[in-house]
Amino acid sequence: MKQDVPPPYTAVAQHAVFPQPTHDEAARYNFLTAFNKYLSGSIGAGNRIAYDTRVLPAFQADHGRDPQDRFEIRDAMNQDPWHRYWSALKRNSMEMRQQNGRSITLRQIDELSAKVRQYNEGRETLQLDPSLPIPHYMDVVDIHCMPGNYQGEERPGDMSAGANYDSGLFATTAGGLGALSDGGGQALVEWVRKERPDWKPRRILDLGCTVGHNIVPLALAFPDAEVIAIDTGAAVLRYAHARAQSLGATNITFIQMNAEDMSRFPDGHFDWVQTTMYLHELSGKALPKIIAESERVLAPGGLMFHLEQPQYSDDMPLYEQFIRDWDAFNNNEPYWSAMHALDLKQVMEDAGLPRDCQFTARVLAVVDRTIFPAAAEGAEEDHGRAAAWNAYGAWKPEA
Amino acid sequence: MSDNDVDYIARAGRRAKGKRPDTLHDFNAERTLSILMAVAGEVAVLKERLDTVERLLDDKGTISRADIEAYQATGDAAYERAVATKEYVARIMRGMQQEMEAMQAAPERPTAEISIELKNS
Repeated sequence: MKQDVPPPYTAVAQHAVFPQPTHDEAARYNFLTAFNKYLSGSIGAGNRIAYDTRVLPAFQADHGRDPQDRFEIRDAMNQDPWHRYWSALKRNSMEMRQQNGRSITLRQIDELSAKVRQYNEGRETLQLDPSLPIPHYMDVVDIHCMPGNYQGEERPGDMSAGANYDSGLFATTAGGLGALSDGGGQALVEWVRKERPDWKPRRILDLGCTVGHNIVPLALAFPDAEVIAIDTGAAVLRYAHARAQSLGATNITFIQMNAEDMSRFPDGHFDWVQTTMYLHELSGKALPKIIAESERVLAPGGLMFHLEQPQYSDDMPLYEQFIRDWDAFNNNEPYWSAMHALDLKQVMEDAGLPRDCQFTARVLAVVDRTIFPAAAEGAEEDHGRAAAWNAYGAWKPEA
Repeated sequence: MSDNDVDYIARAGRRAKGKRPDTLHDFNAERTLSILMAVAGEVAVLKERLDTVERLLDDKGTISRADIEAYQATGDAAYERAVATKEYVARIMRGMQQEMEAMQAAPERPTAEISIELKNS
């Protein structure tokens, strides 16, 4: 029997500013990849079994009814010893991933900094704004248990937060994002080529770009486009700029900016405004502001496109909503739960994008399938991390 | 080893901001599990390193540390190593997997009770 196993960590592409792992550091990621795959695939179903065989019957006996929402399921499941132990294992795997990535990155911080500086020094395509306040939702906890978040600096001018983030994406997604962890960006290119084969956007804006892994494929696919990628974290932007330059995506300008206020850009400036796995890291007040700002800077006939994990609709069983919420409460993603319960279509309509110009689509990571796996879906899915997303988008009506 | 001013060993293990979930309701169990999983990870690393040594010896008869560092498993070797790691994870996670099966099993009586039953039947 052919076993379902992930590719080795050494299959990741070593671009010019990628942190170089030793043999044993790569092996540590290989263990975590196999361990994550085991937790979600081989025994992830145990959570459902616990729910069906004892948690739900006990809840029904106590309350005389079924759970009314995912929070009641969470409270009940958090009393179950099997689920608790599974959660403890998974939390440890997240913490171990961070320690390994930081160890790899920080032991070579001088070499990496020098390489990054070569690509960044004196370049107009990297624009930092040290006066920009870090928004509360980017600082209240360290997202994904990533110490220091996207903006943490070990010393002034540091980029190690970006390098650490880039180095571990492979392990957390079991290789589902491909050699450059850019399967999401590649998917955007494939989607738009099918949807509008002859379309050539002149200006593209990426919000919350982190290390730029999702925008580089778009920039390379549209080399004549002017691409702007923004984030509030200088540390990830320094790394993102160097990474993009090293991969030949020289048409991206990385700017430190809060998407809630993009007054620097005139109305209708961009043909495409993009976010990828970004909306769930905002807040209830920031999200609609950012969608409204995005609509303002979007040109008539332009594309707004948000790639996210599926929203919780009334059609989604409450148990599935609960398990999709795991990261929210156990992996420091505190806005995840509320964001996924939002009516995004309404938010976009309120921002001025009528329903009849909106669409949703299912988008799967595009990677080299000779080496990298397709994302597991259904019972074996690693909920919240699957390299398969829902797109919530709109073509802005012509004026 | 560079002469950088960042103590990478101390800083690598920095705590993430945000209250840690008290999943097991037991400090000792939480901390022991963290140690155990870290050691489990290190055993996997040792196994992979030994596999590298064996493959290089098979191939060349003699090896250096540089050979080990430069080694990249591809094709069948990558598959075999991934299967070995998968098997290793399955072995250390046996308890969780068997408890999962136990949840699906029909209710079971203590063996002592069955022992008495068999004695008398």
